[in-house]
Amino acid sequence: MRKLITAVAAAVACLTAAPALAAGGAEHPKDVKYSFEGPFGRFDQAQLQRGFKVYQEVCASCHSTNLVAYRHLAMRNAPFWDENYPNPNESPYARTIAAAAQIPDIDSETGDAILRPGTVADRIPNPYPNEAAARGANGGALPPDLSVITKARHGGADYIYSLLIGYPNPPRGLTVPAGQYYNKYYAGDLSSYWAPAGVDPEEAHESVPKGGFLAMPPPLREGQVTFDDGTPSTVNNMARDVGAYLQWVTEPKLIERKQTGLAVIIYLTLFAGLVYASYRRIWRNVAH
Amino acid sequence: MSGHSTYIPKSGFEKWLDARLPIIRLGYDAMVDYPTPRNLNYWWTFGGILTVLLLTQIVTGVVLAMHYTAHVDHAFASVERIMRDVNYGWMIRYIHSNGASMFFIATYIHMFRGLYYGSYKAPREVIWLLGCILFFLLIATAFLGYVLPWGQMSFHGAAVITNLIGAVPVVGGSILTWLQGGFAIDNPTLSRFFALHYLMPFMIAGVVGLHIWALHVPGNNNPVGVLIPQDLQRRDTVPFHPYYTVKDGFAIIVFLIMFSVFVFFNPNALGHADNYIPANPLVTPAHIVPEWYLLPFYAMLRAVPDKFGGVIVMFASIAVIFALPWLDTSKVRSNRYRPVAKQFFWLFVVTTLVLGYCGGQLPDQPVIPGVETFTLFDGQLNSYLWLTRLFTLMYFAYFLVVLPLLGLKETPLPVPPTISAPVLSHAGGDGGDGGAYGGSTHGGVVKPGAGYAGRPAVAEPERRG
Repeated sequence: MRKLITAVAAAVACLTAAPALAAGGAEHPKDVKYSFEGPFGRFDQAQLQRGFKVYQEVCASCHSTNLVAYRHLAMRNAPFWDENYPNPNESPYARTIAAAAQIPDIDSETGDAILRPGTVADRIPNPYPNEAAARGANGGALPPDLSVITKARHGGADYIYSLLIGYPNPPRGLTVPAGQYYNKYYAGDLSSYWAPAGVDPEEAHESVPKGGFLAMPPPLREGQVTFDDGTPSTVNNMARDVGAYLQWVTEPKLIERKQTGLAVIIYLTLFAGLVYASYRRIWRNVAH
Repeated sequence: MSGHSTYIPKSGFEKWLDARLPIIRLGYDAMVDYPTPRNLNYWWTFGGILTVLLLTQIVTGVVLAMHYTAHVDHAFASVERIMRDVNYGWMIRYIHSNGASMFFIATYIHMFRGLYYGSYKAPREVIWLLGCILFFLLIATAFLGYVLPWGQMSFHGAAVITNLIGAVPVVGGSILTWLQGGFAIDNPTLSRFFALHYLMPFMIAGVVGLHIWALHVPGNNNPVGVLIPQDLQRRDTVPFHPYYTVKDGFAIIVFLIMFSVFVFFNPNALGHADNYIPANPLVTPAHIVPEWYLLPFYAMLRAVPDKFGGVIVMFASIAVIFALPWLDTSKVRSNRYRPVAKQFFWLFVVTTLVLGYCGGQLPDQPVIPGVETFTLFDGQLNSYLWLTRLFTLMYFAYFLVVLPLLGLKETPLPVPPTISAPVLSHAGGDGGDGGAYGGSTHGGVVKPGAGYAGRPAVAEPERRG
């Protein structure tokens, strides 16, 4: 038994010690207290609408959300859900937002490429016609599609928020390449760009700053988006709200999932109690 | 299935059918009146749990297949479309993806239970062999299924694993091309992986049928590990229904609660974030790791410097489990009565956990940060490489050295002659103090054929209705 305890202790020590040595790496994302967290979490609809506005006015000029259709915006728990319009296809909000977009299509009479106003069935159009165009406009970097972004990054919405606010002035001694931006939450290895003055290059690797370079310039600036509900459009607020919106984009069924889960677990717990009582009753006279 | 059938057809239809296709008899003998040792503990409920999980995976999998598109350009988006636009698609898909992890949790517990209580020993070797085949099929099915969403880990994991075949000398390259359907992982690979992923669960279901059939010939092992003589069946067993349907049922529901916590509240906790990035052959993830349940085998694969050697070690680590019934020389089944074997068992459990942890780490990383050591052959001594090697040796030593020698050297504790003895002395107890049952033969041998019903029943179980 002592052997076992020693081994477990050693394993735990390894587990806790391992993250400390990750060379370079990134800062751990800041924890935002989002309303959708926890088993009883719900999306804050006003926050989703603000986040949608930030996405539309800032992010959408480079980033696509290929999996999101306009009708999704009016589903239950979505930014523009309204219980008067249980069918999202009939939602005036979704229709208005869609109609404002220009969707590339083919004229059914002539076969010519045209642009037409969007319908609720359309997906939010990609800002670039193809990948080469996207790379060409962004210094060779491809802005990732944001449809499942909070599932595709450790830290989820907290990471999105942290990345958007995480552009400090680069520390002295860090050479930032042209067209690149230093972000302390972006995973990378900066050791080859790190040459602090007065430090022996042999020892410089011990003080490499956390973070990495990315091709996205700091996207948010104070007052960039005017929120309709009067929320001050600070970088902090905009980053937090767009993080919530992208969480919805990634998991539009998040709230439905948690609500179903609560019911399932309550049901199974009661069922387990009932079956346990049956078990005790059936086995009551049987030695085992 | 073993022994005489006790089914008596009652209605006219049952009599008619029984004379033509005795399928109700089969079900009755296998699931209702099947004599089951009365002292099975909760570690014995994982067979039932696995049956439920297999059915769950097949049902959810068939529905997913209706909506899934096995094409490199559409697979990723089709999986996400299931989660957004298919009614309850998010639930079906998360049940299926987490169900794979649950399947492995239950399988590993089921196997460790067999290992601890000696369930692989005569006369149950075939049950164990079929179980090993099931484990192998399960690994293959899970691996194929993980490729289907066509994320970064799907693609690059598939590349790493199929490339192992390429390590086979002479013919490896040709076999690899044939398996991949081309010179790299591409659309032909995805579509054949989908076809095989759909096929293999039904092969599993077939082998499960054989596994249960083979189980029902000698009957269940039990925590005491002694065989139940035919004449003591009445005293030492209870009919499967209702005694074990209710006990298994309770365990299944508790397991489902744990399963639900993952599905509904943390559905991606057991997966890897990179697999939500669509597959891109030109960008290799910084750290390719398989799903958690394959990490011990992945660790052993990487521990060997030669690629083909690694493949051999990895397959040997599964092959050695097949040979277990002939490697363990002890006559005593249950580790309850093998104090030394019990310690080695727990050391083996720790070994597999450490190997799993090592599989998730970079081999070059120091185990204890900041401790300078020397380079031994091809790596620092203080690295996961050498830790993995140490534990790989321990893994194989357990099967190839400890179990064969221990059976010859160890003095087991006295084994009770029947399962009733410890059961009746303290119900539900561990039985580790079996000193009172010093004898190795039990007194009341009744001549064969003395009859089930004629036994003086000790604590006669309450029969149904």
